[in-house]
Amino acid sequence: MIEYWRSTIGKKQVVAITGAILVGYLILHMLGNLNSAFGPGADEARVDWYAHWLRDFGEPLLPHGFVVWVVRVVLLGAIITHITGIVQLVKRNREARPANFPARRIGRSVESIAMLGTGTLLIAFIVFHILQFTTLSIHVTPVEPEEVYANLYYAFQEWYFLAIYLAALILIGMHLRHGVWSMFQTLGLDNPNRNAKLRHGSTALVVVLVAGFAAVPVLFFTDVLDPPKTTAVITALSGVPV
Amino acid sequence: MKFTLEIWRQFDGSDENDKGRFETFQVEDIDPDASLLEVLDQLNERLSREKQRNIAFDSDCREGICGACSLVIDGTPHGPQQVTSCQTYMRDFIDGQTITIEPYRANTFPVIRDLAVDRGALDRVIQAGGYISTTTGPQPDPNAMPVSPEVQEQAMDAAICIGCGACVAACPNGAAMLFTGAKVTHLNVLPQGQPERQDRVIGMVEQMDAEGFGGCTNYGECSRVCPQEISIDVIGMLNREYRKAKLTKKSKPDKAMTTQ
Ligand code: HEM
Ligand code: SF4
Ligand code: FES
Repeated sequence: MIEYWRSTIGKKQVVAITGAILVGYLILHMLGNLNSAFGPGADEARVDWYAHWLRDFGEPLLPHGFVVWVVRVVLLGAIITHITGIVQLVKRNREARPANFPARRIGRSVESIAMLGTGTLLIAFIVFHILQFTTLSIHVTPVEPEEVYANLYYAFQEWYFLAIYLAALILIGMHLRHGVWSMFQTLGLDNPNRNAKLRHGSTALVVVLVAGFAAVPVLFFTDVLDPPKTTAVITALSGVPV
Repeated sequence: MKFTLEIWRQFDGSDENDKGRFETFQVEDIDPDASLLEVLDQLNERLSREKQRNIAFDSDCREGICGACSLVIDGTPHGPQQVTSCQTYMRDFIDGQTITIEPYRANTFPVIRDLAVDRGALDRVIQAGGYISTTTGPQPDPNAMPVSPEVQEQAMDAAICIGCGACVAACPNGAAMLFTGAKVTHLNVLPQGQPERQDRVIGMVEQMDAEGFGGCTNYGECSRVCPQEISIDVIGMLNREYRKAKLTKKSKPDKAMTTQ
């Protein structure tokens, strides 16, 4: 296993597997988010119900919030491994070429060149995203524990939050347009007959993923989704400057 | 035709202080059907007459099959035509244009002198597994080892790699994955390659890393310059073979094919 990690191919395959774990999570996360599109509901927004369901999952067999924490640990591990592998590979790749003679660009795609840049910006975005909606530490718009729908609603009334999230989606789209196809190639799961299908399939997956994520903030911003009904937030609102 | 040639000069690549530089040469009365290497020959004859040091460059067959010629022409390994350097003809350039000629740029291919680089690293990758071990003897029965046309085609499409190293020079990571992938594909799909299948891929990949080649990021630049148009499918094959070998291989070596 250590030998496998030491070799360039092995390390890249670990990067690909951790990337796949992250993509798998993104798909589930996107589907989960779409619960917001059902609106504020009669007494509880569907997305709030969903958030509770995630935390209650497996009770009483498993402790409260267990599944959520398992997922968090796995994701953190995957991201750390992904980045460690990449940093080491990038160093090795740079050492293989004389510094003053970069290879001319003939066919490589913009997305593939930008992988390091889009990846780094994604990390910055992920930190911001967790601060905003998980730890509720960004108080520009009202945020309240357990009030997912309301938190989203107020955040995406502001054009700048909409802009940040859409920009992050462009980054994810770029990272994955190269990344998903590249992953199949790196793991050797391609074969000549399937290759074109894999490339187009990867692009299609990325388009669906980005569109699914983009739908929620856009629906909030364009007032297609109604304001939250929860009284807790309305009382909180009076105290928080908007 | 006439041209301005910007040619890389470096007397001794192993000398730290000799960093190399471009020198400019004017050449005139060039036959459009002359090859670029013939123009370099003519230029060298002139330099000899003028008692100046010749321009060192590699070539052998001059018909696109040996892979010795290794120039970066106008920034692209083997030039813009996707043929070997020796198959690059002056009619493909515009009269009066400036042509830049450099050696391959990869730290695994140290410059020996001027345009000649040491590509021994590729030979050592071959030595680490790019062969089959069979005893010689009477010719085997023609039908003893069936090979389907698809497998035959796949093996031959990879076997046409001439080992020129342009893929390494074109790769932003200086990786030798296309070359190694071609060799591994060629031997690992054929029955003759089966006994050493796993040792081959592990040995060649380890040697690739030991030589200091970079890793693949699936840019695909290698395939764009390869004069034999080897597809990056061979890299998928290399990745697959390596993964399988690493996951299933016991520590003992594959059984060598000693008898037939
Ligand atoms: C949302 C989180 C992320 C996901 C879903 C993701 C996904 C992926 C995938 C699927 C690959 C393809 C692996 C392969 O080429 O075989 C990849 C490669 C890569 N990732 Fe990420 N990644 C994420 C975050 C990051 C971060 C934070 C960085 C920052 C350093 C990063 C940098 C890279 C780089 C440099 C590559 C290599 C690209 C190449 O081979 O050309 N990624 N990523
Ligand atoms: S794969 Fe193509 S470019 Fe690379 S060494 Fe073989 S023939 Fe040359
Ligand atoms: S000299 Fe043999 S391929 Fe160019």
